[in-house]
Amino acid sequence: MAFVSSGYNPEKPLENRITDIGPRHYSDFLPPVIANNKGKWLWHEIIEPGILMHKAESGDEVYTVRCGAARLLSVGMIREICDIADKFCGGYLRFTTRNNIEFMVGSLDEAKKLKEYLNSQKTSTGNYKFPVGGTGAGITNIVHTQGWVHCHTPATDASGTVKVVMDELFEEFQQMRLPAQVRIAMACCLNMCGAVHCSDIAILGYHRKPPIIDHEWLDNLCEIPLAVAACPVGAIRPTKKEITTASGETKTVNTVAIKTDRCMFCGNCYTMCPSLPLADKEGDGLVIMAGGKVSNRISNPKFSKVVVAFIPNEPPRWPTLAKTVRQILEAYAKDARKYERLGDWAERIGWERFFEKTGLPFSEHMIDDFRDPAYYTWRQTTNFKF
Amino acid sequence: MPKHETPLLDQLQSGPWPSFVTDIKEEAERRHKNEGKVEYQVPVDVCDDLLGLLELSYTDGTTHWKHGGIVGVFGYGGGVIGRYCDQPDRFPGVAHFHTVRVAQPAGLYYTSEYLRQLCDIWEMRGSGLTNMHGSTGDIVLLGTTTPQLEEIFFELTHKMNTDLGGSGSNLRTPSCCLGESRCEWACYDTQELCYKMTMEYQDELHRPAFPYKFKFKFDGCPNCCVASIARSDMAFIGTWRDEIRIDQEAVAAYIGGELQPNGGAHAGRNWGPFDIQKEVIDLCPTECMWIEDGKLMINDRECTRCMHCINVMPRALRIGNDRGLSILVGAKAPILDGAQMGSLLVPFVKVEEPYDEIKEVIENIWEWWMEEGKNRERLGELIKRQGLAKAISVVGLKPMPQHVQEPRHNPYIFWKEEDVPGGWDRDIAEYRKHHQR
Repeated sequence: MAFVSSGYNPEKPLENRITDIGPRHYSDFLPPVIANNKGKWLWHEIIEPGILMHKAESGDEVYTVRCGAARLLSVGMIREICDIADKFCGGYLRFTTRNNIEFMVGSLDEAKKLKEYLNSQKTSTGNYKFPVGGTGAGITNIVHTQGWVHCHTPATDASGTVKVVMDELFEEFQQMRLPAQVRIAMACCLNMCGAVHCSDIAILGYHRKPPIIDHEWLDNLCEIPLAVAACPVGAIRPTKKEITTASGETKTVNTVAIKTDRCMFCGNCYTMCPSLPLADKEGDGLVIMAGGKVSNRISNPKFSKVVVAFIPNEPPRWPTLAKTVRQILEAYAKDARKYERLGDWAERIGWERFFEKTGLPFSEHMIDDFRDPAYYTWRQTTNFKF
Repeated sequence: MPKHETPLLDQLQSGPWPSFVTDIKEEAERRHKNEGKVEYQVPVDVCDDLLGLLELSYTDGTTHWKHGGIVGVFGYGGGVIGRYCDQPDRFPGVAHFHTVRVAQPAGLYYTSEYLRQLCDIWEMRGSGLTNMHGSTGDIVLLGTTTPQLEEIFFELTHKMNTDLGGSGSNLRTPSCCLGESRCEWACYDTQELCYKMTMEYQDELHRPAFPYKFKFKFDGCPNCCVASIARSDMAFIGTWRDEIRIDQEAVAAYIGGELQPNGGAHAGRNWGPFDIQKEVIDLCPTECMWIEDGKLMINDRECTRCMHCINVMPRALRIGNDRGLSILVGAKAPILDGAQMGSLLVPFVKVEEPYDEIKEVIENIWEWWMEEGKNRERLGELIKRQGLAKAISVVGLKPMPQHVQEPRHNPYIFWKEEDVPGGWDRDIAEYRKHHQR
């Protein structure tokens, strides 16, 4: 296909250049009922799973129908979403911070029709396109990262693991029968661009082998001091090494040496130096963390804790992952009190009971040994349960 | 016939949840059919090759994307993430597959017209695949080639009046909850403050000059729906300092079972009749509520605004009228020294245009961090290294008990010379007059 210019002139990049304009102002996109009642909402109610009603001081009501979606959306799918907004909502829609889509209408009747319509839309392979749900005391969409679809550091895939977990927990997405909301998040490596460290259940891609050192190329591709400085445990030092290149030449190169017994596989060195890859079929897999939250409700926000040290990568459907997440969720759903988040439940019954009730094995890997804060997680009391 | 066989990925096309594999496959087919006669500017089989490459990862359990190259648009140091595949001969359609981060409107409301425009640009000049939205909140356009970057930027700015988002060691695209637009709990207009701060700091967003990334997130209340307290270097969380507004009639309606607790969030299970003592009063973390003569009483001075009672009885209890926000600093994910939660820096500030007080906090913190922060040191790590008291002094506040969960456990106080009478310069001869060797 021939190159089609946008109007940009590469000879004169500054000609007609528009910069630093930021995002469009949100007021360009607010549905009239939202714009009219902004800052004047009185209360809201979840009428049924996936349908919210907000009541304004003016007496206006807006009914929101929430549906799930994959985070990865094609323009074809976005256009379908636009068609729905045009057909039912005057051309307006919004996304939630958890990759759900929300359509807003003026009456319960319209909302119910829309819900039915959305639930009837199926893909050519029989999946829901727009499953309605994700409200109240249930599971909502999983926020996640890029994984093998688009990232250079992942230890697993993100879209795939999320798909199988949402398939596994699908009925909980459509219902509100858990003690409280359960927020699941997925990050495909320790960098956690998905910041899953405060989720009720966190799925985390993890490497378990130290970097492979590409000695021949390292000094050409990396700043050695930056690679050394990148290591949080001081395991990397500069060194010289005699190598035989692929072409048979023997030479001495500047490179690094790694104390592998110090490595905790964070991959920060690889971020700074492409000659230190970590990815490995057997080494890589998943960690499950649980009991975190960001809300200040009842108890303080808290970090998720490691409850499963390792699950192997089992693409394409990661059966052990799906089963383990369900195991945690079921134990919680059965035992926790109304309003109790997963972490609050674990703290009330004690983590010894958490492992007992979920049936998850406890191992040395769950005892923190990283830096000073580790000490505060050990049990410094005689109060424990047998 | 698909270009590549994908037997593993095909197994992700079953199950009820929307399948990204089916969506990519259908986009691949649409590109081949090209019913809209689009003049594709990147390979027509980009989606096929993405599936082929992904299938390879599913087979060998490793990624096939290389480190990002330095690509971008003229004058900006962020907004584009360079991405190249490590098997370009087998999958030439994704040999170059750069990401473009596009600044999202605050609150993530859209018109179909706007999204269609975006789709038209991205179908022609990119893979046609997106993330709605990325982890930080941007619209993410996945996969284009280097020559298209300026063209995309030109079209975004000229046709859509929309800019790129942040990446690298700069201010990342700020994000907010939907706030006052559709939530009765918003203690300030998160969308407006998010927008205004994004505009105020465009230079910091586009031209990396920081030690590392820096994130702003704006949450309207302590429920923290955008996770600001866990995910942003500077979290702006709505709060109030007067009384929770009580509608006693509605309280009675909740007690009488006429209104559903928690807005009906628990309707899927039979939890028995609502019990205000058990479900609200006994769960109040400060025990500052009680019932007196059939009325709900709150000792607001003891309330820490955790939101539980308001969440449970949204029709009876409303946030106070003297509203503002708290600023917490230093949250980050575990890389490198472990995860950090945001720490309270400014307990309360009113949210009033032109937001001078808020900007002063931001700029004082940045000045300190840019001066003292090491390469790739997040604000939270600097605060750990130099102390919270330093951060408090940087913004010109007086330390107060609100700043800590509890006082320090050790007496190793770093007294400053000016705080100790007579200073540290002492004469040993004078000392020896009274103390033999």
